[in-house]
Amino acid sequence: MLEIINLHAGVQGNEILKGIDLKVNVGEVHAIMGPNGSGKSTLAQVLAGRESFAITEGRVLYEGRDLLARAPEDRARQGLFMAFQYPVEIPGVTNTYFLKSGLNAIRKHRGLEELDAIEFLQLAKERAKLVDMDESLLNRPINHGFSGGEKKRNEIFQMAVLEPKLAILDETDSGLDIDALRIVANGINKLRRKDNAIILVTHYQRILNYVVPDFVHVLIDGQIVHSGGKELALELEERGYDWVRDDAEKAIVSS
Amino acid sequence: MIETVERKSKSISTGIDWYLSSFRLFEESLNGKAASQIHSIRKDALARFAALGFPTTKNEEWKYTDISPLTKYHFKPMLKYSLEGLTARDVEQFTFHNLPSFRVVCVNGHFSEQLSTLSGLPHDVRIESLTDMLQSDSDIIREYLGKFVSYENDTFIALNTAFLHDGVFISIPNNTILKIPIHMIFISMESDSEFVSHPRSLIVTGKNAQVSILESYVNLTDRTYFTNTVSEIVLGENAVLEHNRVQLESTRAFHIATIQTQQERNSNFTANSLIFGGSLVRNNLNSVLDGEGAECTLNGLYLGTGSQLIDNHTTIDHAKPHCPSHELYKGILSGKSKGVFNGKIKVRKDAQKTDAKQTNKNLILSDDASIDTKPQLEIFANDVKCTHGATIGQLDEDAIFYLRSRGVSLEKARDILIYAFASDVIDRIKIEALREQLHEIIHDRLERERQ
Ligand SMILES: Nc1ncnc2c1ncn2[C@@H]1O[C@H](COP(=O)(O)OP(=O)(O)O)[C@@H](O)[C@H]1O
Ligand SMILES: [Mg+2]
Repeated sequence: MLEIINLHAGVQGNEILKGIDLKVNVGEVHAIMGPNGSGKSTLAQVLAGRESFAITEGRVLYEGRDLLARAPEDRARQGLFMAFQYPVEIPGVTNTYFLKSGLNAIRKHRGLEELDAIEFLQLAKERAKLVDMDESLLNRPINHGFSGGEKKRNEIFQMAVLEPKLAILDETDSGLDIDALRIVANGINKLRRKDNAIILVTHYQRILNYVVPDFVHVLIDGQIVHSGGKELALELEERGYDWVRDDAEKAIVSS
Repeated sequence: MIETVERKSKSISTGIDWYLSSFRLFEESLNGKAASQIHSIRKDALARFAALGFPTTKNEEWKYTDISPLTKYHFKPMLKYSLEGLTARDVEQFTFHNLPSFRVVCVNGHFSEQLSTLSGLPHDVRIESLTDMLQSDSDIIREYLGKFVSYENDTFIALNTAFLHDGVFISIPNNTILKIPIHMIFISMESDSEFVSHPRSLIVTGKNAQVSILESYVNLTDRTYFTNTVSEIVLGENAVLEHNRVQLESTRAFHIATIQTQQERNSNFTANSLIFGGSLVRNNLNSVLDGEGAECTLNGLYLGTGSQLIDNHTTIDHAKPHCPSHELYKGILSGKSKGVFNGKIKVRKDAQKTDAKQTNKNLILSDDASIDTKPQLEIFANDVKCTHGATIGQLDEDAIFYLRSRGVSLEKARDILIYAFASDVIDRIKIEALREQLHEIIHDRLERERQ
């Protein structure tokens, strides 16, 4: 489904991603873990099409075709979704208005009928339940005045409405108390299917108790330095990142 | 007197001479019918016009607005009322769907009885041609016309007054509440050369009266023309008046407008200035809060495209204590357009407990667009609250990306954000049909800009 090959990207001559290789198949859940500043959000945003990052080397294939040349909206229409680490507040635009517009663009691309306002509202209300999101948030301006937890729920709510094939969730667990975390994780699990894939970007092992990944990757200083199964997350929780970093350096020295 | 002025005028602008000779034509066309008192006012105003000359950018009030393109034209005065085949059906396109209204149509500055639809108007409400009023030389004209607006220091008001002969007179008597808005449509239409009209409106609302007014400025011509309008609005005690102005003229139009309001005790005035059209537009909106408890709200939205210049000058004069005023002007400037906002708030010595708030926000959509914004506070009382703020910004890239990442196209994302920027002005408009149409207008203008 997704293949990242030797991806280098950065801003203003400052390289942040320094050769990422990653392969995600349909039906899999991958966790990407790493210390702050290691490039996790950069990777997520580059995949979603953020133009402020320059790609200097490498390729990304999505469903076998080049992803990087496409506009962010085209990626979304082809089933890619990113939950923002820091969802943007947009005063003056209601949540449902913009999401309806996005969903209909995606549906049109998939050859489906567009939903009218009533049909959309029905769907939105139903999906809001999935993340226990208060219905009153639907008609509020996007993320405006939302609490941290409400913003994160809003991201997963949007995912539930748009039904992506590949979802990249950037630290959706950060800043949530344990109850909210459980609700959000539950929502993600309900959206986990055999015909889609999820990349969970996280700083903490905690969420992985609820959303159990098939693979765990460690991203340090713009490179994936270690990959393993779900038990790797526990090891990272216990021992921190330093040992992976040291091992990786040793590996570089000896090679 | 005029002779000496003419000599002087050569050094200021040849544009003046043209208007002076036009005035002679105008006088001849009056055929001695003009009421003598009005005509002496006209002559006095003409002399004032000639003495003042056209302002240059050296004049502080015109610092950012260069009107020299306007002064180069020899605009023919539209002296006679003529419809040139214009029918009620042609006017239909300028009305709002689903909005019942009393319709007043002015063609090239002349009140059109034929095209106006005023049936059902309560019998004591008067909506009439100003020409008729001038001829009948009524008390109300003597009492109010030119009383609050002064041509002493304003070239364009002087010019309007010199050519004063037609326009709209509206009087809403005490305790009358008009539930249906009055829609005034000012149409500029084909003429054999470049032309100018000087429409004048006088709107007098009595005690406890309530009315909503909508003014549209539109055109049915590709020719360059100039509209120089003056409106005087008087609000009696406890009167409520909402004034919506929608400027939709062509990019060949010069438009200079003065609205002067006079508010008595506890009256409430709201202006919504919605400016989209014209090549050079200058709006002067001056409100005098001349009674305790009077309140005034000035909302403005201007959208500049192409190489438009849109200049909004507002003055709120707090003359009496305990008056709140609220002002929110928002500008969207794209292409090579230029905006000017100058918001003066005057608080006189006795106007204690004044509460004035002014905000001007601008969204700049291209590198070649610009805005000059300036608050101007003149405060002579000590127990007052006055706040002002101005911002100039661009579309938020993070917000655009957020919307696009959900499947919304770049174009649509920009439109959504631009509309959101405008929405807090639009949401304040009470006429729903107008709110809806603004959405379309903004969309269409931006669409055209992109092509
Ligand atoms: N827009 C940007 N401009 C400059 N530097 C950036 C930008 N975005 C990220 N960086 C830098 O890139 C590095 C990785 O950031 P990020 O991808 O946000 O890390 P993570 O999500 O793993 O915490 C950091 O050093 C950060 O300062
Ligand atoms: Mg991050």
